[in-house]
Amino acid sequence: MSTRTFGQPVKRNEDRKLLTGQALFVDDVELPGMLHVAFLRSQVAHANIIGIDISRALQRPGVIAAYTADDLGDYWRHGPLLVPPPPIPGTIFNERTHVPLAKGKVRHVGEPLVIVIAESRYIAEDALDDIDVELEQLDAVVDLERALKAGSALVHDDVGSNVSARVRQTKGNYAAAAAKADRIIARRFHYEHGISSPIETRGVVAQWDQRASQMTIWDTTQAPVFVRNGLAAMLGLNERNVRVIAPFVGGGFGPKIMMFYPEEVLLPWVSMQLNRPVKWIEDRLEHFFATTHERGQIHDAEIALAADGRILGIKDVFLHDGGAYDPYGLTVPINSQCTLLGPYVVPNYDSTFTQVFTNLPIVTPYRGAGRQHGVFVMERLLDLAAHELDIDRAEIRRINLIPADAFPYNNEIIYQDFAPLSYDSGNYEPVLDMALNAIGYADFRQQQHEARAQGRHIGLGISCYVEGTGIGPYEGAKVQVQSNGKVSIATGIGTQGQGHFTVFAQIAAEQLGIDVTDIDVVTGDTDQFYWGAGTFASRGAVVAGNAVNEAAKVVRQKALKLASDLFECSEDDLVIADGKVSITGVPGKFVTLGDLAARANPMRGAVKPGTEPGLESTQYFGPPSGATANGVHAMIVEMDPRTFDLKILKYVVVHDCGTVINPMILTGQIHGGVAQGIGNAFFEKLAFDDQGQLLNASLADYLLPTSLDVPRMELDHTVTPSPLNPMGIKGAGEAGAIPVGPLFAQAIEDALDLKNKGVELLEIPLSPSRLFELTRKAKG
Amino acid sequence: MDSDIHDITLTVNGTTYNGRVESRLLLSDFLRHDLKLAGTHVGCEHGVCGACTVLLDGEPVRSCLMLAVQANTHAISTIEGLTSPGGDYHPLQQAMHDHHGLQCGYCTPGILMTMTAFLDENASPSEEEVREALSGNLCRCTGYQNIVDAVMTAAARMRS
Ligand code: FES
Ligand code: FES
Repeated sequence: MSTRTFGQPVKRNEDRKLLTGQALFVDDVELPGMLHVAFLRSQVAHANIIGIDISRALQRPGVIAAYTADDLGDYWRHGPLLVPPPPIPGTIFNERTHVPLAKGKVRHVGEPLVIVIAESRYIAEDALDDIDVELEQLDAVVDLERALKAGSALVHDDVGSNVSARVRQTKGNYAAAAAKADRIIARRFHYEHGISSPIETRGVVAQWDQRASQMTIWDTTQAPVFVRNGLAAMLGLNERNVRVIAPFVGGGFGPKIMMFYPEEVLLPWVSMQLNRPVKWIEDRLEHFFATTHERGQIHDAEIALAADGRILGIKDVFLHDGGAYDPYGLTVPINSQCTLLGPYVVPNYDSTFTQVFTNLPIVTPYRGAGRQHGVFVMERLLDLAAHELDIDRAEIRRINLIPADAFPYNNEIIYQDFAPLSYDSGNYEPVLDMALNAIGYADFRQQQHEARAQGRHIGLGISCYVEGTGIGPYEGAKVQVQSNGKVSIATGIGTQGQGHFTVFAQIAAEQLGIDVTDIDVVTGDTDQFYWGAGTFASRGAVVAGNAVNEAAKVVRQKALKLASDLFECSEDDLVIADGKVSITGVPGKFVTLGDLAARANPMRGAVKPGTEPGLESTQYFGPPSGATANGVHAMIVEMDPRTFDLKILKYVVVHDCGTVINPMILTGQIHGGVAQGIGNAFFEKLAFDDQGQLLNASLADYLLPTSLDVPRMELDHTVTPSPLNPMGIKGAGEAGAIPVGPLFAQAIEDALDLKNKGVELLEIPLSPSRLFELTRKAKG
Repeated sequence: MDSDIHDITLTVNGTTYNGRVESRLLLSDFLRHDLKLAGTHVGCEHGVCGACTVLLDGEPVRSCLMLAVQANTHAISTIEGLTSPGGDYHPLQQAMHDHHGLQCGYCTPGILMTMTAFLDENASPSEEEVREALSGNLCRCTGYQNIVDAVMTAAARMRS
């Protein structure tokens, strides 16, 4: 019997290539005759384009071509709307998608104006200096509130305002609930989220083979199938003549999926024009403008409470910075709107958001994807309520948790996947208790007292969250036993480090009784598999994982059937293990899976009608709606009250993401999420001036957490399987990052006793300098 | 065109290479694109992320902050030379695999070069020292904990 690997901390299949420098990333693609691309990008945020002169650039030795928007002819068009707005009555949505090269107007710093192609990247960049651009600069729209005032400059003149979208969702009757409330607490919250900043930037290589009429594109995308289909249509090619490969991708976290980045659209076209392969690799400066961000929201929120701390209702009106174009629809603010409700019973809810056009780079989901913003508002409201009603902060959370017998729990509003926001399963209170235990909540006041006596300022934070994961529409997978006995799996999603090469192998191994290392997984190559939506919303393991499971089950059935025919026995007498099918209790009577695969593809003779060749199956899985994971983070910090230097003394995560396929990989996902959450909560902020210039566009100025900033984390989990998929799994990719902001605010307030000093921390990030400002203001 | 071209000779992982380079060519580009040793990665090209770290005569340097011409006559070590000639992992590679010290793996070559050099200098580091030594290498995926554990494990295994 082979050892069971499902649910075990199996080491990763993909590691060897990565550890030895043999993994292929996009910038590693080298092709004969390859040319190199650089983009001239706008240095101002908002301007009319008067003229662009590329003639001098074209004369530079080594420059092959350069194109402006006008040179693209019919190929120039607006990008698609990647995610249409969900069907929420009354929704206003002004669709203004981005363009490959700016024409007429530039709308954010970094928007591309000219593409230059040269023999080397060095020459292409030299040639950018040869281009003359004449612009008429306009006022930049940066501040969200000013953007909506009469007389503001307009990002899109034809819209008539800077409203990209407005959506109201309600549940129950907030006004009636508020009228009966014992206490109403209202505040304004600011939440900034930053740039995902994977260590590998984006890149595209395109190779047009005229003889074969074949376009091959290597792309750092999270969604290769959609890139292929979209580009085939734009280029006038059959889908099967376009192959998109997302090879090893060095981190994504959301922004590596956007349909389409200008570079994705332009490189293949240029390759066809010049009949040469072309490469563009984003540099880090470009990444700060040319790759999408997440950014800020301003919430005016109020909570209505009963005297015992029960939530009667919440009202929230917020502004969301959407950037210069809105190709990703409403995904981010809808996530904020929905996730705000968290694990709590909120009988009445009234939430309205306005997505605002600004002259800043486009906003699309980045790990957490707006969920952070909502969770911050809810958790801070509960902290304020606990303080005002003099209830313990863990207790106020506990009494409001959705009880275990209330699932599935329908929140009566619409989620980003167009389905009602309904939580599939959960058991929240034990998670809270485990976290309180692990952080030592009961003894903490005592510990804090003792520390204070020694002049040390320590504080504790605790916050709860849910995460909608694993949304549809669907993914597919092909599982095939080869005649050498090894198994190959192909799926359409891209992978950026999540361990798919291993977890999908574990799933198939469970069905086929074969070693994980004998299973080869291909992701992100449209010649291998060309159905599916991509890697986002913590859905890879859930949706593609279940498709792998379904396909492997069919292959297992086929193997049993073939073996029962061969041995003329009942399938019930057969077992699959160690790469073979054996007859129970008859030692030596077996056939290997490889032999069965060979038999399933006979060279001569006849087969029965309806026989499918091979030990192979392709299956699809689409969940009816998303699966909701949940968790609690708790942390103890020590603050220096003069420098506001912060040290995390203890960090605890307890979470529930249903059935666990590989606890080692899951732990890694949580670690990485928390690290990004810490950067977000503590210091990551895209600092724009009022003209839309980014003031910290380098990794020396926009700081990412280092090994000195991220503490050791203690993890634990409970398992409440999802009823929405046969394996019972829920996604986990974003959980680590979501609740860190309110945790910081609460722990810092606690450490510095800010509540009693009249200081409330209602914003993120809370860098030492910002804390200094906030506390000094309070002192007057 | 400037006649700003230099002939250089250097060794990489013990093999001698001759190159003809413009003076402005970065060492990282020379290794990756001229010598096709693409295991050395580039994350920022301004000296912060550490992904491009290689060893120059045994010392970690950022190959994005050096010109190829400056490496003339020197000995470079890169990720491609870290396994034994038979393909066995260096103890730190093994420990990174065992502890799940990599996710996307893009930062990994730089981390391996930095930390193997560190372990050569300090055979029994404390966790504090490991975190300090690692702090010049950015990893956006792992949260560092598993990398720290891998370095500690590798140190212990190398001592015994
Ligand atoms: S690429 Fe050299 S330090 Fe980032
Ligand atoms: S593993 Fe992805 S950046 Fe480190």
